[in-house]
Amino acid sequence: MTTPLVSLPDAEAQCQQLADLIRPVLTPHTMLVGIYSGGAWIAERLTRLLNLPEPAGFIDISFYRDDFAEKGLHPQVRPTRISFDVNDRRVILVDDVLYTGRTTRAALNELFDYGRPAAVELAVLADRGRRQLPIAPDYCVWKLDLPAETGLTLSLAGQHLSWKVEQHD
Amino acid sequence: MTNPQLNVHGELTHLLATEGLPREILIHILDTAATFVGITDREVKKIPLLRGKSVFNLFFENSTRTRTTFEIAAKRLSADVINLDITRSSTAKGETLLDTIDNLCSMHADMFVVRHAMSGAPYLIAEHLKRMGKHDIHVVNAGDGRHAHPTQGLLDMYTIRHFKKDFEPLTVAVVGDILHSRVARSDIHALKTLGVAELRAVGPKTLLPSEFSHLGMRVFHNLEEGLKDCDVIIMLRLQNERMNGALLPSVSEYFGHYGLSPEKLAYAKPDAIVMHPGPINRGVEIASEVADGQQAVILDQVTFGIAVRMAVMSILAGN
Repeated sequence: MTTPLVSLPDAEAQCQQLADLIRPVLTPHTMLVGIYSGGAWIAERLTRLLNLPEPAGFIDISFYRDDFAEKGLHPQVRPTRISFDVNDRRVILVDDVLYTGRTTRAALNELFDYGRPAAVELAVLADRGRRQLPIAPDYCVWKLDLPAETGLTLSLAGQHLSWKVEQHD
Repeated sequence: MTNPQLNVHGELTHLLATEGLPREILIHILDTAATFVGITDREVKKIPLLRGKSVFNLFFENSTRTRTTFEIAAKRLSADVINLDITRSSTAKGETLLDTIDNLCSMHADMFVVRHAMSGAPYLIAEHLKRMGKHDIHVVNAGDGRHAHPTQGLLDMYTIRHFKKDFEPLTVAVVGDILHSRVARSDIHALKTLGVAELRAVGPKTLLPSEFSHLGMRVFHNLEEGLKDCDVIIMLRLQNERMNGALLPSVSEYFGHYGLSPEKLAYAKPDAIVMHPGPINRGVEIASEVADGQQAVILDQVTFGIAVRMAVMSILAGN
């Protein structure tokens, strides 16, 4: 059941705000890597909004999750696509929601299997707190606190991104 | 009867044969393998999925290619791989198969990759593990007798999908010693489940019993007819030992009738692919010009075999 718990902001407008935060720090060495699924949609939008010359890379963290032993392999793994050399690049990892930090940890591990970036930063639309790892966002447009039983997900309908809040039992 | 390959949730827990596997599981394995293909292009050619797991290669029958690709696949997944030279060890001293398994379980094995000359040996192991309540130990059949070689069947499906995209419109010919071939059986069952338009079996009467027409295959004893307008040709290795029996006249006569020469290949579609599980016998079942030619995808099969075995092992370990 979907219950609106907080008034939900417009995710597309948030992507523009995130682009505005990133624009001043862009260098020719900056590249975006979006974490599937939500982060990939946002990275595509940022690439367009920031007029970046290269397409964004995409990471599927399924092979790096720390709960593989309990949950097994995700039924739909998408290939990680990083078509450029990450060595000495400034990478901005892009995700929709920062929560426990475990997804970011997995993405960092996978990224470093492609090479040694000069720096890695983290850009997210939403930071819902309650971290379980020492990880913080560099760029974030929405900070909120939600109880653990509440799920916050980004969804894509047609070409439009929107937030969904769900109550888990 | 319950399917011994699936757990109570209907998930794949052992890979014993392509026969009886639902289409969704076959497709899931192929899709997962596709995500592993790119890993070899990375700086670090390893992912941590099976970190801390022990994979035991139990080859009661010789094999270089299959054992090596299983070993590479397990190592790319960060598993520890233990190769047992079983023919020279405990079995030779009289230990039974299941006693060997119990001992290896005590060494905390997480997965067994088994090749055995006896059809059904991997089933015996899987049933034994179930009886012993060891539900988190998985078995992969790497070839049992004449029965099945499911990872070869799956990598053949991967290769076909890679080059031909969809299975539905395809005409596929399996050529050669079908009677003795576990590869043929695994391919045929997978191709039927994936739904190719036409499935053909081509070979001499002594190596192609008429029962194969019951499997929904069109049976041909003439290679030209069997290859006509095919999209995919799966050649089988002619095992040398068959030559000594009464099944075949001579190598040169076999090649004359059933060897894939450029002239015979011309009967298939111009863009047909030629597959072979290896090792190939040049001048016996396949001419060098064909094996080294543009239409051969034999070495691609070997490469895809690693990704497919990675997919199988990671799906099993997660269920």
